Amino acid sequence: MTVLAAARNPIIRWEWLVDEWDQIRSALVEHLTLTVLSMGLGILLSALLAAVAIRYRWALTPITATTGLIYTLPSVAMFALLAPIFGNLARPTAVIPLAGYTLLILVTNTVAGFRSVPRAVRDAAEGMGLSPFRRIVTVELPLALPYIITGIRIASVSTVGLVTVAAIIGQGGLGSLIFSGLRRAFWTPMTVGASLSIIVALAVDALIYLIGALLTPWTRRAAH
Amino acid sequence: MSVTDQPTMSTPAIRLRGLTKVYGSSPEPAVDALDLDVARGEVVALLGPSGCGKTTILRMINRLIEPTAGSIEIEGVDVTDQPVTDLRRSIGYVIQQIGLFPHRTIARNIAEVPRMLKWDSGRIDERVRELTVLVGLEVDMLDRYPDELSGGQQQRVGVARALAADPPVLLMDEPFGAVDPIVRKSLQDELLALQSRVQKTIVIVTHDLDEALRVADRIALFNVGGVIEQLATPDELMRSPASEFVEEFVGSDRGMRRLSLKNISSLDHRMGSVVDLDDEPSRGLEVMDREGIDWLGVVSEDRFAGWITRSAVEDAARNGKPLADLDRSDPIAQVRPDDTLRAAMELIILSNAATAVIDDNGRFGGVVTLEDLRAALGDTESVGAMT
Repeated sequence: MTVLAAARNPIIRWEWLVDEWDQIRSALVEHLTLTVLSMGLGILLSALLAAVAIRYRWALTPITATTGLIYTLPSVAMFALLAPIFGNLARPTAVIPLAGYTLLILVTNTVAGFRSVPRAVRDAAEGMGLSPFRRIVTVELPLALPYIITGIRIASVSTVGLVTVAAIIGQGGLGSLIFSGLRRAFWTPMTVGASLSIIVALAVDALIYLIGALLTPWTRRAAH
Repeated sequence: MSVTDQPTMSTPAIRLRGLTKVYGSSPEPAVDALDLDVARGEVVALLGPSGCGKTTILRMINRLIEPTAGSIEIEGVDVTDQPVTDLRRSIGYVIQQIGLFPHRTIARNIAEVPRMLKWDSGRIDERVRELTVLVGLEVDMLDRYPDELSGGQQQRVGVARALAADPPVLLMDEPFGAVDPIVRKSLQDELLALQSRVQKTIVIVTHDLDEALRVADRIALFNVGGVIEQLATPDELMRSPASEFVEEFVGSDRGMRRLSLKNISSLDHRMGSVVDLDDEPSRGLEVMDREGIDWLGVVSEDRFAGWITRSAVEDAARNGKPLADLDRSDPIAQVRPDDTLRAAMELIILSNAATAVIDDNGRFGGVVTLEDLRAALGDTESVGAMT
């Protein structure tokens, strides 16, 4: 009986991929859309928070505490809480919590990046007559980039993973494939959804790494 | 506290009046009512122990620190009369940790101020290359990043960057403090060579007496609290310390330090116990008697040809032999005109010779004895020759 079931319900049935290609593709696109929107919002918010924390040193502790608290909230609970407000199929219901989870990592890394700028570099920049704006944008930001890029990589990978959970409120891209497979005990969509989300996570990580490497050529040249 | 009487015909390049800095939390001023004039083209060293306010003074000149009281004029213009970024772009600034921008190539680092001043790119490129050569770097380094250079090379880039827009005034805060002593000495030499060409007004902060003695025209020695203990030329500071503090600071070996301030070439040319190879041996005996030395040096066609012992010369005088036939030994103590008096002294003592021969690119340039060195220290008139 079990042997028979396994034969009829293999881990992956390839013809399903062909038949349901549109569904897979739209799940993938939705997954990437949610990831990009959440990361975009997260980067925007964290930039503001980091700017405040760098400008006013005392602000770092409350900002870290708040974003840390957000990070501890269970994602399913967050989706459930926001669903009645925005509607369970509305994007903000998924994007707001997902963006919230990125803040701790992004703010911490951005602040660490700006703090890593050698004092002498800042002193020289100021002494040479760079305006504060020019100093921050053309000197401190580039030097903080390796930290910021690392933060974005970590946050992106965890966002790609968390997006699947948003399937619980009817969104979640590849997560919806996984959940529908689980509900129907039909392994193929589950396998496809799971594999693709892993591939997306790795690809996003590699892509951001490459962008970072292109933006910070001096970090590689300095090695030799 | 002390007003300088630098004889300048025009406005000093930098004029500090009543300059005072009190930091918020401290009851004692870090700098206390300082008056100081720096003449155009002059190198003034701010010297003193840590906590004497020397860096604070420097950083007030380009307004990285705002004074509590007093005024600062550069070329007769109060530094508060223009936007602070404009002021800083018109002053070269070199710091110990260099502070090159690690994400920029050497060329871009040097070009920063000209770019802010909106020079056209052709002019910037030309200037960058010119400066690279001026500070002794290779042009093929321009495309590298700072971390790919040695500490000494980075410091040269720091100097080139400060000179980029050809500012009349250069502020240097312990510029060579982070490199090893050998590189430091060569960077100091290079700064002097550079200065002889560019003629900037330089204020250099240092806690290193030897550095101040080597590079400065005048030294302002500070005590804790930003008070000038003495403002004097290096030789004057060594010769007559104005207070106990100065005496202690310059140390008990200030006589030796004074020797290192002068070059052999500053001495009067002296033949010493030396005659021409074609002279009669009897003439050699006269010279040895006059000098009180038992060796006779001989010179042939402008070259020093060696030393002959007194007994050999006496022998030759009796037998009518020419000096040229006698055995000669090579000089063991040889100095060059651009060596310091201190180097000559060490050589004379180490080689246990009474006389060092001056070798001026192969030509005989006279001799130096310990007595000459002693006399040079007593001679205060030639002090000006060393700057």
